[in-house]
Amino acid sequence: MEPTSTKNKITARTFIYVLLAIGFITAVAQPFQKKQTVKKVGATSKPESATNSKTLEESKQAFLKAYTVFMSPRCMNCHPTGDVPLQGDDSHLHAQGVQRGPEGKGIFALKCKNCHQDANLAGANMPPGTPDWSMPPMKHRMVFQGMSPKQLALHFKDNNFTGFKTFNQMIHHVETEPLVINSFIPLEGRSKIPMSHEEFVKVVKEWIAKGAAVPDK
Amino acid sequence: MATLKVNGKTHEVDAPDDMPLLWALRENLELTGTKFGCGVAQCGACTVHMNGEAVRSCVTPLSRAAGKNIVTIEGLDDVIGRRLQAAWIQEEVPQCGYCQSGQIMAAHVLLKEKQNPSDKDIDDCMTGNICRCGTYQRIRKAIHVAAAMK
Repeated sequence: MEPTSTKNKITARTFIYVLLAIGFITAVAQPFQKKQTVKKVGATSKPESATNSKTLEESKQAFLKAYTVFMSPRCMNCHPTGDVPLQGDDSHLHAQGVQRGPEGKGIFALKCKNCHQDANLAGANMPPGTPDWSMPPMKHRMVFQGMSPKQLALHFKDNNFTGFKTFNQMIHHVETEPLVINSFIPLEGRSKIPMSHEEFVKVVKEWIAKGAAVPDK
Repeated sequence: MATLKVNGKTHEVDAPDDMPLLWALRENLELTGTKFGCGVAQCGACTVHMNGEAVRSCVTPLSRAAGKNIVTIEGLDDVIGRRLQAAWIQEEVPQCGYCQSGQIMAAHVLLKEKQNPSDKDIDDCMTGNICRCGTYQRIRKAIHVAAAMK
């Protein structure tokens, strides 16, 4: 029969060996564990790193086409840097001194819907209209004016800028939002957007599907 | 035929749906307090209330106005309206008077939404109503006087 002190030493040594073995096995097993991926809000289904450079270039080109719409007066006039909407093809400050207001709906006796009704009014320079005619609210100004393609693309990928949680919401917006659709309707006294609504939706989808690449400038 | 509710009374107006409300008020209902200034919503002389909001009746078709509660300057008879009337008289605001019904209709919305407006609030609200005679300072004063009335 072994003395008690020797027996205790063997037990302690065994315990230490077991601990070391566990540590070794854990360290070796690390690279083989599945990495937990954080779902990037607004990300496309295909990570950029997996998209080849040709596809990314096509994505950039698609955005550059969409950019001509975003920066046309029909869109940019309601996405100005200040709190006064713009008006006309020369994007002058809106007449009557109207302002955005906290909710983007104007203020006091100069609310947007007072003049901009549920539908367009016939006649040159008469106020166009949709049921929800308004600007983005103050907490979400969504400024387009003065942005380069690169800046605008980066902003569109920022949930804080767009208010969209996913790109699908952005697609839904450009595809179905009455304010967007109305911009493409030719009206007397205002220039047309350089493509149809269908083409615009197509290039926005293409931009996103091919990696939502950011143009170089 | 359009059914209009104006100043608390219902009227059947024999007019097409695209006729501007301003025309119907002045021509059909003979409520001539509301004025034609520009016809394109630029000057504010045609301002009336539609469900409590200040709309420009020169660009409001009857199809939009039908069924809504329309108030013209002739029917502005609530507490705020009477204060504005008294203040306008006290401060002798009008010169030619042509724009003044529109001015008062706009001022009414301001005092309804902000009981004690600042000068900036007055600017922000009233900037859409043009006065060729330049009574702006008296308008501002009268709005402050009306706001201070008990």
